[in-house]
Amino acid sequence: MTTRPLLLTGGHLLDPSIGLDGTGDLLLVDGVVAAVGGSIAGPADAIRVDCSGRHVTPGFIDVHCHLREPGREDVETIATGARAAAAGGFTAVCAMPNTDPVTDNQAAVGFIRAQAAKADASRVYPIGAISVGMNGDRLSEMGEMVAAGAVAVSDDGRPVVSAQLMRTALEYARTFGIPVADHCEEPTLAHGGVMNEGIISARLGLKGIPSESEEIMVIRDILLARRTGGRVHLCHMSTWGSVELIRWGKERGIPVTAEVCPHHLTLTEDRVGQYDTNAKMNPPLRTQRDVDALVAALKDGTIDCVATDHAPHHNDEKNREFADAPNGIVGLETALSVLMTWLVAPGTITLSQLVEKMSCAPARVFGLAGGTLRRGAIADVTVLDAAAAWTVQGSDFRSKGRNSPWLGSTLRGRVDRCIVGGRQVHVRDGLA
Amino acid sequence: MTSLGKDLLDLESLSPEQITAILDTAEPLKAISLRAIKKVPTLRGETIVNLFFEASTRTRVSFEFAEKRMSADAVNVAIGNSSVSKGETLVDTARNLEAMKIDMVVIRHQASGAARFLAERIESNVINAGDGTHEHPTQGLLDLLTLRDRWGSLQGRRVCLCGDVLHSRVARSNIHGLRKMGAEVAVCGPRSLLPNGAEEALGVTVFDRIEAAIEWADALNILRLQLERMTAGYIPSLREYNRVFGVTRERLDRAPRDLLILHPGPMTRGVEIDSDVADGPHSLILDQVTNGVAVRMAVLYLLRGGRPDLATAGTAAGE
Ligand SMILES: [Zn+2]
Ligand SMILES: [Zn+2]
Repeated sequence: MTTRPLLLTGGHLLDPSIGLDGTGDLLLVDGVVAAVGGSIAGPADAIRVDCSGRHVTPGFIDVHCHLREPGREDVETIATGARAAAAGGFTAVCAMPNTDPVTDNQAAVGFIRAQAAKADASRVYPIGAISVGMNGDRLSEMGEMVAAGAVAVSDDGRPVVSAQLMRTALEYARTFGIPVADHCEEPTLAHGGVMNEGIISARLGLKGIPSESEEIMVIRDILLARRTGGRVHLCHMSTWGSVELIRWGKERGIPVTAEVCPHHLTLTEDRVGQYDTNAKMNPPLRTQRDVDALVAALKDGTIDCVATDHAPHHNDEKNREFADAPNGIVGLETALSVLMTWLVAPGTITLSQLVEKMSCAPARVFGLAGGTLRRGAIADVTVLDAAAAWTVQGSDFRSKGRNSPWLGSTLRGRVDRCIVGGRQVHVRDGLA
Repeated sequence: MTSLGKDLLDLESLSPEQITAILDTAEPLKAISLRAIKKVPTLRGETIVNLFFEASTRTRVSFEFAEKRMSADAVNVAIGNSSVSKGETLVDTARNLEAMKIDMVVIRHQASGAARFLAERIESNVINAGDGTHEHPTQGLLDLLTLRDRWGSLQGRRVCLCGDVLHSRVARSNIHGLRKMGAEVAVCGPRSLLPNGAEEALGVTVFDRIEAAIEWADALNILRLQLERMTAGYIPSLREYNRVFGVTRERLDRAPRDLLILHPGPMTRGVEIDSDVADGPHSLILDQVTNGVAVRMAVLYLLRGGRPDLATAGTAAGE
């Protein structure tokens, strides 16, 4: 299939990876960036899109989402997930392997790639499991999975309990140059917990998860990365203590990277309110002190990037007693707007910094193509309207999931177009 | 008069005026239990379901007496965990209840927040008869009534909750209720059985030693040490618990003043409380049981839109 050249004209080009911040055109030909900046005439057969008044940025990349296929196609498929990603401005997402069956072998990795190709939306990169069946005892065949297209390994959804297995995984994954992404949770300490341990849990009579259950694993992983030289990536950081430990590790040159989710940057445990299961996630929403530290860490680079931890669930599963409801919220379609509303609009960070954290940095951390508008780079581009205001409605989601704490909220900033390999895979309703 | 709203879910959200209204309504209702015919027609024609997902003979029987003495039609549904394991959710239960056009639901459930969950989904009045480790508001109210009977007012009185506060819904309801009514509240027990940061979270003083609590308090509310939780290793042994935290005659004898003793039951004698304390002159444990029925009558009555003057009138007239 040949794709006509795409010429985006008059947009505000914003790409911190090459210091781009000003009005200009962008030409995409044969799946790569052919020309960037200034006034571009473009070939005669080019599709022209007027981007005046819009920001044109490298496509966002989510290094952490759950697409549920295979196993729970009723709550999400790779196709619906990839379309939700596109609607949220993500040109690429990395799918966690806690599917049923677990993505722990090359055939499973190949299946995800095949489904993603058929979906014809955003790119989907598989993440393979660290251990066979995510059972935490035997390494899965990482070499073959990487050959089949896996970009990282993780047992996310479960912590790697055995320090020995984590050590071996870091050593072994080093061979293939991929990061080991860990869900940091000391299970005996977190056991039975359903929200942050603190004032609210004490009042609601809910069992708490102390910050230390995350921090103990954070420092363990950092020390093992120091020992092995393997690259550890810490998923969904939620506490100020974790931030201090990562800072300590980075200052010593230890190969550690970390991500933070939009909800941990913006919401506190107060959001649980009266047992609202749309505020139930793991790690749990914490305190204002944690939120402040996470925002500061994102700004100063201690935390490398934003990831959504998009986790769709069936409404019936969320519509029950708090303690028994599943963890997680959907996030692909709200991530940009939530962070624009809560961090960019008040001036805490600039839009350019946000693009760095949602696009350039994730590409760097996971070694993925994209994250830049540099000439010759893959033509993955997001066009957004920073001035738009919209109200979050579950029925508008491309994701099958509706479990969002922002339902009914009015957010600032919205994705207009998502361009993957030079082709528009998402154009907001009402736009030509 | 002060209205209660649709449901009674917790004491944390009640105002002092609402609590006072319930206690004031309960006071004259106590007399009904002393009559030859222990029945008033106040809730005639009202249908109440006692929905118990968790066994509790004491609370269920107390509610049942309260309902019958008010002439309501009461149905007991003991669900245990069986229906849940068969896949029926609380949402399904709510839908079924709504379809049966009942007037009130008394719910006991193992999940914190379950009563509120139900209340938000049905139009009937919902009374929380204990939800997980959250609250047990009618137990808190009966404890307040019992102490108010003795003291006239709770203002400035000092009450210490002793034992497993972490897992106790009774403790939370007591703490909120007592503080709203002007009492000072403390907790005492091993730190492993207290919520981390209890001082800030619940607004209480913490005593690590039972001797210090006894010296400070005007009343002790002694919570049951939950044997089923002992496998979780919160304390080393019951024997040691009794030696370090048990409320014994010897310890009470050293108190600077006479202490009132409460216990929500069921008691584990010889562990958290010794028999000579439980049966001693300062024990209000049986008063609590009597007051439990009156408080529950008052709550049922007020939630159905009743007026205290009518309740009193009914009593005075001997029906
Ligand atoms: Zn995780
Ligand atoms: Zn995850």
